[in-house]
Amino acid sequence: MDCINAKYVSQKISKTRWRPVSASSLQQPELLATGSWDNEDNKVSIWSVGENGGHDSTDENVSGVCCTLQTLSVLHTWEGAHHYQCARAPCTAVVCSSPELVSVGEDGRVVLYKADQSRIVRTIENADSSTIHAVTFLRTAEVLTVNSIGQLKLWDLRQGNEPAQILTLTGDRVPLHCVDKHPNQQHIVATGGQDGMLCIWDVRQGSVPFSLMEAHSAEMWEVHFHPSNPDHLFTCSEDGSLLHWETSSGSDTPSFLQGRNSSMMSRSATAPAGGNQSLISAWLSGDSSKGRLETTHMLPSQTLSVNSLDVLGQCLVCGTDGEAVYIHRRVLV
Amino acid sequence: MEEVDVEPTTTLIPGVGLKQKHLGFEWGPGDILVYETNFRPAGERSGCPSVHVVRKDEDIYSPILRKLFNESHHIFVGLQNITEDVPSKNKKPQFVSISKNYRSVIRACMEELQHVAGVTCCAHLVLFVLRLHSQVSILLATELIWNLCEVLFIDAAPAGCLLLHLLDWVRLHKADVDEKAKEVLQSDSPTNHLAYWDVPSGTQTLTEFDMKWRHWHEECDRCLQDKSFASNPHLETICKILLGDEDAMLEHKELLGTWYHFLVSRLLFSHPTVKPAELHYYAKSSMDMFLDSRSVPEPLDSILLAAFEFDLHQVIKDCSIALNNWWFVAHLTDLLDHCKLLQSHNLHFGSNLREFLVLEYASGLVSHHSLWQLAVDYFDHCPEFGRVYLELQLERVPLETERKALKVLRICEQRHMTEQVRSICKIMAKRALSNNRLGSALSWSIRAKDAGFATLISERFLQDYCTRGSFSDLDLIDNLGPAMLLSDRLTFLGKYREFHRLYGENKFTEAGKLLLSLMTAKIAPRSFWMTLLTDALPLLEQKEVHIYTHTHTHTLSIKSCVFVCVFQGEDVETAKLELLRLALARNLAMAIVKEGTVEA
Repeated sequence: MDCINAKYVSQKISKTRWRPVSASSLQQPELLATGSWDNEDNKVSIWSVGENGGHDSTDENVSGVCCTLQTLSVLHTWEGAHHYQCARAPCTAVVCSSPELVSVGEDGRVVLYKADQSRIVRTIENADSSTIHAVTFLRTAEVLTVNSIGQLKLWDLRQGNEPAQILTLTGDRVPLHCVDKHPNQQHIVATGGQDGMLCIWDVRQGSVPFSLMEAHSAEMWEVHFHPSNPDHLFTCSEDGSLLHWETSSGSDTPSFLQGRNSSMMSRSATAPAGGNQSLISAWLSGDSSKGRLETTHMLPSQTLSVNSLDVLGQCLVCGTDGEAVYIHRRVLV
Repeated sequence: MEEVDVEPTTTLIPGVGLKQKHLGFEWGPGDILVYETNFRPAGERSGCPSVHVVRKDEDIYSPILRKLFNESHHIFVGLQNITEDVPSKNKKPQFVSISKNYRSVIRACMEELQHVAGVTCCAHLVLFVLRLHSQVSILLATELIWNLCEVLFIDAAPAGCLLLHLLDWVRLHKADVDEKAKEVLQSDSPTNHLAYWDVPSGTQTLTEFDMKWRHWHEECDRCLQDKSFASNPHLETICKILLGDEDAMLEHKELLGTWYHFLVSRLLFSHPTVKPAELHYYAKSSMDMFLDSRSVPEPLDSILLAAFEFDLHQVIKDCSIALNNWWFVAHLTDLLDHCKLLQSHNLHFGSNLREFLVLEYASGLVSHHSLWQLAVDYFDHCPEFGRVYLELQLERVPLETERKALKVLRICEQRHMTEQVRSICKIMAKRALSNNRLGSALSWSIRAKDAGFATLISERFLQDYCTRGSFSDLDLIDNLGPAMLLSDRLTFLGKYREFHRLYGENKFTEAGKLLLSLMTAKIAPRSFWMTLLTDALPLLEQKEVHIYTHTHTHTLSIKSCVFVCVFQGEDVETAKLELLRLALARNLAMAIVKEGTVEA
């Protein structure tokens, strides 16, 4: 736990993201962006994270986080992209796959943009009768959205205004708040819901999730697969915890875990459909005897809601409602 | 009512109250709204173009001080969660370390303020820099007071250690002054004098130390009397100081700086084994000796004096008056209360002192657009009135986005505040409904388990169907799931849509059965009966597939009779009714024939 740096930033953080570093360089990311919320004027800030070196970071703040001298300027604003009949509507999520942007909002619209065009490229009206909470690209020209009646909708942007596929949880229609796809196997998708359940879906097969895990005791705000090591998954929640999930399909138990950890068994809704075991990702091996799932709490003590997290290489950053940013630079992945 | 201790301060609001206008005002949660008015309407009715918002506490809007509030909230919550399984006497080191945490947070804030004040050099930001400097000096004073309280009350050092702690306290706050004094001391005096001061930390008892000290004191005195230092006046002064000669010390007032530094120096050199109970006598006399008799003691001085007199309540009271927000007194009192140092006498207007102060502090926070979330934890730990305050305040948090509403809702649900949950969900559902977001409205009703609202939403859907002839938001209605059971109307909606779907897929038998069950189950709204009967028409007329048995047909005809009776005199489409009667009769005939026929 001594590798966690906390910095109080006087703004509640709604989103935080590492600036991507090129895959070829083995450097750790050094710049991160945060967005604030609940302020009278909300800002996007860029922070630079200093080198930690080998020593304990508690003695000086030299290795801390500070604001950079880089400035941001607004390139373009698309006003009123999300609206009701007479008023503006909040936009809830945006995803970028350069140069295309997709945004979703409380008005149930899916809007497509191109970064260099000032006019909106396309709007899917009435995409949803409820609020769309999150969106992610599945493949080029395919996006996945989650909404507040617990549905996962697959959209093919090249054709039509109707979703290509709708997946739902059987049982209560619990709103889904976040979604992320597996970096290598694009049919595997993870979602987090209002009741803190983590669901793993296989979008090719069936319309129900593959496995359901009780993760948190309140809304799960973000879920991320680790981009280079997808056996690791991170989730953060309103209950103030950040969990690091690791699945291993091998027979030996990982021996490195530090801090508080608890093993959780995954309950699967259906058994794997068969086929070569090695091709099925560890996430979909519903039978708990074939693989183990370990979870670790990443934050040292209870905080207010953790709203956002991002992980790149060995660096993890998260932002909370306690107006603090936490950085962990030695995540074991 | 008790008398007011101090004169109320006057705040000037620029540009208001000129030209003999009167001022009107209205209390807000953390501020006052002030506007110009005329008590007696005079001639022309000119209104006032602006309303002024007057805030008492501007510190919570300072970005650097905000960190103080956030960090201290973290420490506060940690303190409340210290488990009860450790007996009280073993908790003292924990309390001391928490106190040190609070102080380090104050120091960090102070340093950052100083840093910003140092690097800001714009001419038009002079006022800003001045304000920063005043914030720094206030924080310095609060840290000084807190540190003294820690030494005297929380750590409660006995005689012997007490002086060492007081030395540390003074040294921390007069670091630069101490440097000079140290130089003066170290350049001339023999080193064995200093060695004596390491002693009381534990190896010897107090009496042994006292004896040794007295012995050394007598030696020094003898040296002075022998005039062995007469050649060097500096050395002589030092010797006098070491002997505790107050006049010699007072001659170097500027080195000492403050009366409490003087006090500690006095104690160091004349009464190193001072007991806590004796402190107040020395404190009062030091203050009198140090300060001019004419000057009025500053608030800080009287607070420190009250601390030396071990009068906690006076300290808290004076701090409450002197500081402009409740942060300091609330946290300090809470910590002292945990150390069981406050006698729990109840105030005559509410609960005990600690709860009163924490409630005041939290109420100040809750009006802040962002820090309201911190206030929730403070209210949680006020056992008597916290919940009531929280209930009232949570209803007033503005809900601009769904995400914020979800957070407030989660806070209410965790505390089983069902009224507030229902109220928030209703607000959000109504808002969604007025924006035509039926799916969102339904999702809020499900969360609140609000059957009434779910009924309202279903009515809207059914109305849409009647006007347009088709359903909107099929993705919602087709996938209602168990939520359908929330209200009868919603169930009807779901099942009716299912009927349409079955009909569309040419599954006529199932569709027919479903339609019949809808009619018999009595969940259909009256306005829909005609529609249902009309929907039955094509099914009755089906020649190829026989759908309704004769019992079914009986039921249908009964239903249509009921319908006619109920709607007698109202505008009923008689043509349709005729068709229906005809279809029913024919169906009945067919059914009788078919069922009566024995397969050969």
